[in-house]
Amino acid sequence: MWGRLGLDAIQTDPITLGAVIGSVLAVITIVGLMTYFKKWSWLWNEWLTSLDAKKIGIMYIVVAVIMLLRGLADVAMLRTQQALFATDPGGPISSDTFQQIFSAHGTIMIFFVAMGLVFGLINLIVPLQIGARDVAFPLLNSISFWLFAAGMVLINISLGLGGFSGAGWLAYPPLSGIEYSPGPGVDYWIWSIQIAGIGSLLSGINFLITIFTMRRSGMTLMKMPIFVWSILGSLLLVVAAFPILTATLALLSLDRTLGTHFFTSDMGGNPMMYVNLIWAWGHPEVYILILPAFGIFSEIVPVFSHKKLFGYKSMVFAILAISFFSFTVWLHHFFTMGAGANVNAFFGIMTMIIAIPTGVKVFNWLFTMYRGRIRFDTPMLWFMGFVSTFVVGGVTGVLMSVPAIDFAVHNSLFLVAHFHNMIIGGVVFGAFAGYAYWFPKFTGFRLHEGLGKIAFWLWLGGFMVAFIPIYILGLMGAVRRMDSYDPSLGWQGLFMLAGVGVLIILTGVLVQIIQLLYSIKMRNQLAVGPDPWGGRTLEWSTSTPIAEYNFASLDPVHDRDAYWEIKRSHHNAEDRQKYGPIMVPKNTGYGVYISLAVLIFGFAVIWHMWWLAIFCLIVTIMLVIFSTQRIDTEREISAKEVALTESRLRGVRT
Amino acid sequence: MSSVISVSEKQLSQRTSLGFWVYLMTDCILFASLFATYVVLRTATAGGPSGSEIFEMPLVLAETIILLTSSLTCGIALVMLRQRKIKQMVVAFAATYVLGIAFLTIELSEFIKLISEGYGPDRSAFLSAFFTLVGTHGLHILVGLIWLLTLAVVLSRRGMTTKLSRQITLFGLFWHFLDLVWIFIFTVVYLMGVAV
Repeated sequence: MWGRLGLDAIQTDPITLGAVIGSVLAVITIVGLMTYFKKWSWLWNEWLTSLDAKKIGIMYIVVAVIMLLRGLADVAMLRTQQALFATDPGGPISSDTFQQIFSAHGTIMIFFVAMGLVFGLINLIVPLQIGARDVAFPLLNSISFWLFAAGMVLINISLGLGGFSGAGWLAYPPLSGIEYSPGPGVDYWIWSIQIAGIGSLLSGINFLITIFTMRRSGMTLMKMPIFVWSILGSLLLVVAAFPILTATLALLSLDRTLGTHFFTSDMGGNPMMYVNLIWAWGHPEVYILILPAFGIFSEIVPVFSHKKLFGYKSMVFAILAISFFSFTVWLHHFFTMGAGANVNAFFGIMTMIIAIPTGVKVFNWLFTMYRGRIRFDTPMLWFMGFVSTFVVGGVTGVLMSVPAIDFAVHNSLFLVAHFHNMIIGGVVFGAFAGYAYWFPKFTGFRLHEGLGKIAFWLWLGGFMVAFIPIYILGLMGAVRRMDSYDPSLGWQGLFMLAGVGVLIILTGVLVQIIQLLYSIKMRNQLAVGPDPWGGRTLEWSTSTPIAEYNFASLDPVHDRDAYWEIKRSHHNAEDRQKYGPIMVPKNTGYGVYISLAVLIFGFAVIWHMWWLAIFCLIVTIMLVIFSTQRIDTEREISAKEVALTESRLRGVRT
Repeated sequence: MSSVISVSEKQLSQRTSLGFWVYLMTDCILFASLFATYVVLRTATAGGPSGSEIFEMPLVLAETIILLTSSLTCGIALVMLRQRKIKQMVVAFAATYVLGIAFLTIELSEFIKLISEGYGPDRSAFLSAFFTLVGTHGLHILVGLIWLLTLAVVLSRRGMTTKLSRQITLFGLFWHFLDLVWIFIFTVVYLMGVAV
């Protein structure tokens, strides 16, 4: 009846148990508070069932931030082990737990933090920047988010029930095969990212169509804000790469449950084919994450330099070139496979080539700043931090694109330092820059500037202290994913230094939490209008807080920096407009229901409860069918109501 | 002066069909991954049978003809839909449905026969890849049949609406796409399998 789920699935390792009890208490506290303050119907009606892309975007970011805290807690444990207990066996973290922690750290940070931040920003910003009222398929958007949330729940259940995969964040077979990982851990890994990945794929289709069909009239492709171009590149990669992930995970799952032989080391299976397939998705994925960050900086630099973006067309060209070339470099993740000198040479050269469009972008940003009137608010600081760290990361990447050098540093901490350099310096700093930049648009008040600056310097300094030693350790021969080493190697000092770096970063995160709470408390003093930075793109043209329908009127745009030109020509059409009625999508719970069914399906498959899996599959199919046949899905906001809302929202300004 | 009240029917249908095309392309990449896997593994028989030993070409040819005919009837149904001949459309779709079931039955019987002979997906990497590629196509056919049934129920309950006619057109795209995938399966798996 319960498959292989039994009481022995409950994790009893003291650290894990502590984390589980802590999380359960936190959930109970939140549920209790929600009940006490009678907020459930508010939560359900205003948030969980909302089809408003802005609210879905915020929910993405909330999930991503919670997961960021979990990922950071994981890394604190990893570095503590390496700094303090790696030379004396019997530390608090067993090797098995250590493996689970680093696997969870990578999986969570990529799939649930970076992807969550990216899709959150896409939801928040893209419809506004293209001057649209909504996305192409609002219900699909809600389903995408809830599938992402379901994957997140599944990965967190593994903490308490059954344990997580210990096979690394990409679960290479044969280690991740049933023979060497018989427990449910790898199945948790498969199904949590399978479910979240399908959500990402659906969301990718949705926003691609949104960008293609819902731009404000007059906004040709070459007049789109550069952030939207970056997202377009990123989404093209999502729809082209995620199906490969879906297929690969399905094959691994078949190997584990039905005894097929795709990736086994016997009966004709080919483990290296898994590595090829997963990186054919995995390398584009890197660019899926970084292109949006490039887009954020391409918005911030012109605004804070009081200049047009330098080289718009070359930026677009660079984005498309990066998108294309990202499919031609995957083999550089495993030069040591032994594909032969010519194959390695091809992929090495392609890897060097892909650095060129990225370099073009860096120079474009710098030339945008050249002779600009630069303001160093926090978003701009994040940009400065990004450029300096990202270039270092890029250079170490190009270094490793030489197969001969890659053989020497393959699987070492040098590589780990390189990709953290790209992801922290690129994606995370980009997300923080976007957070500081767009926060006032959605809330009506700025984040506290002083605390933001402190957080920035702690992050930047902490990052340097945390990863420069890791580069050095890698060159000294330290391999990744290592929980113990011989003390005579003399590595402990550098690991301790890296641990101090993690502490500095954690302090930075603490300051960011304080910054958010303090800014909410001081919101009246920090209040700003709808256009606090002197923005150039359409999102700054609408009121703050933004009405559900985004824009009351849809005047055609004529220029690339649409709002900048409107402001320059001193003609603000929005104020003189007569309003018409607007249709907005009605709330619906289908996103929640479908994802709940999928979540239980995933859980049932992981634990081999086949009857429950089949039942949930049928329920899911029924729900999907019903969701496509909904009638009366829109609600009209009358012209009068629009006029009232507009005068209320815009009253602050006049 | 007045702003756009709601998206026009034309915009909505353009949006959904474009979205569906993009979805079909993602599905295409999913199949491409499975094809690539199959091509890599098709000689990895691990002492088990190779394709030329187990494929029964007359049956496969029958499957192919059945599926192509179902695509033809589906195309006729779509023409009927465009001409607003709902009755004829239903008849043509009924034929599509029956042919779809016939196709699945033959495929399933082929699978059952192979498994009962000990040549199941766990026998060798080649058979794993074969069952998964062909089975994924079969699964899509099953989804198509469920979808068609749903559309029939909606038609009988609510009559023909613009929304339903849009969904029927999308179903047509889906069904033709599966036909196209089958052509590749027929060529890459079966024809090239018996040729080697």
